[in-house]
Amino acid sequence: MAAVTAHVADVHAHEEHEHHELSFVRKYIFSEDHKTIAKQYLISGIIWAVIGGLMSVVFRLQLGFPNLDMAWLKPILGQWVSISAEGVGKLDPNFYLALVTMHGTIMVFFVLTAGLSGTFSNFLIPLQIGARDMASGFINMLSYWFFFLSSMVMFVSIFVETGPAGGGWVVYPPLSALADANPGSGIGMTLWLVAMALFIVSSLLGGINYVTTVINLRTRGMSFDKLPLTIWAFTFTAILGILAFPVLFSAALLLIFDRSFGTSFFLSEIYVNGQALPNQGGSPILFQHLFWFLGHPEVYIIILPALGITSEVIATNSRKPIFGYKAMIFSMAGIMFLAFIVWAHHMFVTGMNPFLGSVFMLLTLIIAVPSAVKAFNYITTLWRGNIVFTPAMLFAIGLVSFFVSGGLTGIILGNSALDIQLHDTYFVVAHFHIVMGAAAIFGMLAGVYHWFPKMFGRMMNAKMGYAHFWLTFISSYLVFFPMHYIGIAGFPRRYYQWSGFATFDSYADLNAFITVAAIISVAAQAIFISNFVYSIFKGKKAPANPWNSNTLEWTTDNPGHGNWPGEIPTVYRWPYDYSKPNSAVDFIPQNIPYSSTPESNLPHENEMIADEKEIEKLEFDRSIPD
Amino acid sequence: MATVNSTTPERLIWQGGTQPMKVGYGKLMMWVFLLSDTFTFSALLISYGLVRFSYPSFQDLNPGVSLKNFEFSQQWWPTPEAVFEAVPFLHGISLPLVFVGIMTFILIFSSVTMVLAVEAGHRMDKADVEKWMLWTILGGFTFLGSQAWEWNHFIHGTPEGSMIDGVQFFGANLVHNQYGPTAFADFFFFITGFHGTHVLSGVVLNILIFYNAANGVYEKRGHYDMVEKVGLYWHFVDLVWVFVFTFFYLV
Repeated sequence: MAAVTAHVADVHAHEEHEHHELSFVRKYIFSEDHKTIAKQYLISGIIWAVIGGLMSVVFRLQLGFPNLDMAWLKPILGQWVSISAEGVGKLDPNFYLALVTMHGTIMVFFVLTAGLSGTFSNFLIPLQIGARDMASGFINMLSYWFFFLSSMVMFVSIFVETGPAGGGWVVYPPLSALADANPGSGIGMTLWLVAMALFIVSSLLGGINYVTTVINLRTRGMSFDKLPLTIWAFTFTAILGILAFPVLFSAALLLIFDRSFGTSFFLSEIYVNGQALPNQGGSPILFQHLFWFLGHPEVYIIILPALGITSEVIATNSRKPIFGYKAMIFSMAGIMFLAFIVWAHHMFVTGMNPFLGSVFMLLTLIIAVPSAVKAFNYITTLWRGNIVFTPAMLFAIGLVSFFVSGGLTGIILGNSALDIQLHDTYFVVAHFHIVMGAAAIFGMLAGVYHWFPKMFGRMMNAKMGYAHFWLTFISSYLVFFPMHYIGIAGFPRRYYQWSGFATFDSYADLNAFITVAAIISVAAQAIFISNFVYSIFKGKKAPANPWNSNTLEWTTDNPGHGNWPGEIPTVYRWPYDYSKPNSAVDFIPQNIPYSSTPESNLPHENEMIADEKEIEKLEFDRSIPD
Repeated sequence: MATVNSTTPERLIWQGGTQPMKVGYGKLMMWVFLLSDTFTFSALLISYGLVRFSYPSFQDLNPGVSLKNFEFSQQWWPTPEAVFEAVPFLHGISLPLVFVGIMTFILIFSSVTMVLAVEAGHRMDKADVEKWMLWTILGGFTFLGSQAWEWNHFIHGTPEGSMIDGVQFFGANLVHNQYGPTAFADFFFFITGFHGTHVLSGVVLNILIFYNAANGVYEKRGHYDMVEKVGLYWHFVDLVWVFVFTFFYLV
């Protein structure tokens, strides 16, 4: 950082720095540049998303077509497909459990945590607040490489002989604590825990960097009430991660001791094959409390960055100021705070005191308020806007749709009484896949389409973007809408096959339908990936500000090391001055002073002109040691 | 010190372009990290509390019997005064909580010497920084050594031992425990061990700082801010011990 802040002081020093080229390894692999690290996160996230998505196809095939001959998967899955005497291939039931576990783990942590907030926090925080780089480029680099190491351990676990972890992504003990409980509870589970411990380190290193960068490195004039909502969202996300992940870390360490050193933190009174285990006094419910103290904030770690991106994309492409800027900030702050005190709504049926259940139910339902504020603010921002339907905009609107329809079922599930019926059914699966799966991935895709020109200097193909959007949007609803009915009908999660229950026979066609829709939605991503890869190399060259957007990243063309070739622009106004009355242009970027736009200034903005000269004189305090 | 020179008017301090809290990013990161670590320890201590209070105490099961007649049993959670009563070189004398009291004092005292090192850094007094860092390192090692002795004693147990499943058992490990339920020993080893790991990494950091200070790295840099950052960590480790001490030995 010392090197980077020096640039602020002395532009010449910066230019000198430009001359000596970094080696390939330092520039693209062990890079400390936030933009490169963001791309590393993005590409790792996309690779993981492909793996996680293909896994879901395999288990959806099993669920939708239980009698399907899977012999054709033998070359890939090997021993996990057994061929019967008649030559019919069947998926191993234990591997089915491993698949759903890995699908959940990969999507929640590796795609929608690292891939989403890792990419966009890294890319946008310095660019949108007007900083040369993150506070510590080195710690930022470490963060990515811890994530990479974690990825490698998780990836290796897929190939061990007993299979990867198979106890569900929530890894509840005793299933996850006893190696005999399930093939996946052996070495696969150990690797899972190691990978997650590394992941938590990575998340912490990233998080402390994001928070300190936002506090210390905002450019002149970028007060907190002028920050784009993306930055607010990333900051809240980082705080959630910093405070919630360590609790999972503790739980994982305790679980490692239970698994490997004979302790009884989570184990008590267990019989395996008629043999009593010596473990006494632990509590498996304790693990659930610790897990969900992370697990619930994790949901918001996933959705908040997506919501922040959506705010930015919707305001830009509606050519209107975001409706309720401060309400958006307070809603996100409210969601962040509430995230820490609702975890037990995942545990209504664990035998918890019903009174405690009502308390958690009340707190949970309160989340509907800030969430609804956000949804209404998106809709009112769109209302009567000059909407430009870029692919990013479509995905952002898609997010709002999913956030509303998935959020509504959250109100149903938050009721402790209704949850008795719906707990661990496909209703829950449908709910969270819409509200944090589809919504978050739509936010991520909106972000990729929107900031691709700034990331790679080229445009993505819009037509392919539209095809990608409509196919993904429709097929996602076709997957998850019918899933609610299946859930209400009582289908439990994590079952390999239901053909043994006569009651469920009448839903076989619906399950087959879901599978077909799921395959279409996964296949549609091929359009995106080919568009993405093609556009990196062959896309149309992008102008500096293709969406006529107000935020600072669009004031630098093809940013190199240090982001702005000259001095960092000073910020004078909030980021949402779109279609301002009496202004000749329909957007006024943040770095345009009020003194140069007298025709469109509001009375209180005219008063702010007096401060502009003083703000320009603000100096980074070099006497404070870093 | 440094903040005195700041030219930013107070009303513009949050307007960007400068450090609003007048603190460099490194120290901010340390604070944020410590917040995170607080949650790690809180999770462990709350887990401990939950399991501990799921067991009856000696007096719950023996109403009216004085704690003076306390004996170890798998049925109830042990009273800490009865478990931690040994002091090195004073074999056979019951001195409840004396040794852990000394350990706590040593650790708190090493925090004091750390404060003095930080203060010496503000004065740019290299010799004093070295002196107080050495005392802090010594305090850290003494604490770790005492903890090793206490663990050793806890593991080997008392000459009487306890009957567990019809077998005489002495001391404690992660699976058996003469003093009471296994969970007691599990949490004792895990939490004091986890804290001890923190102390150990603190000592390593302190040694690095001492080494750099002695080599004049900070003098050349013009400030002893690193002493302050590591100092924050050291105070945190100390503060955590106060909680561990309270929950394991006093409550």
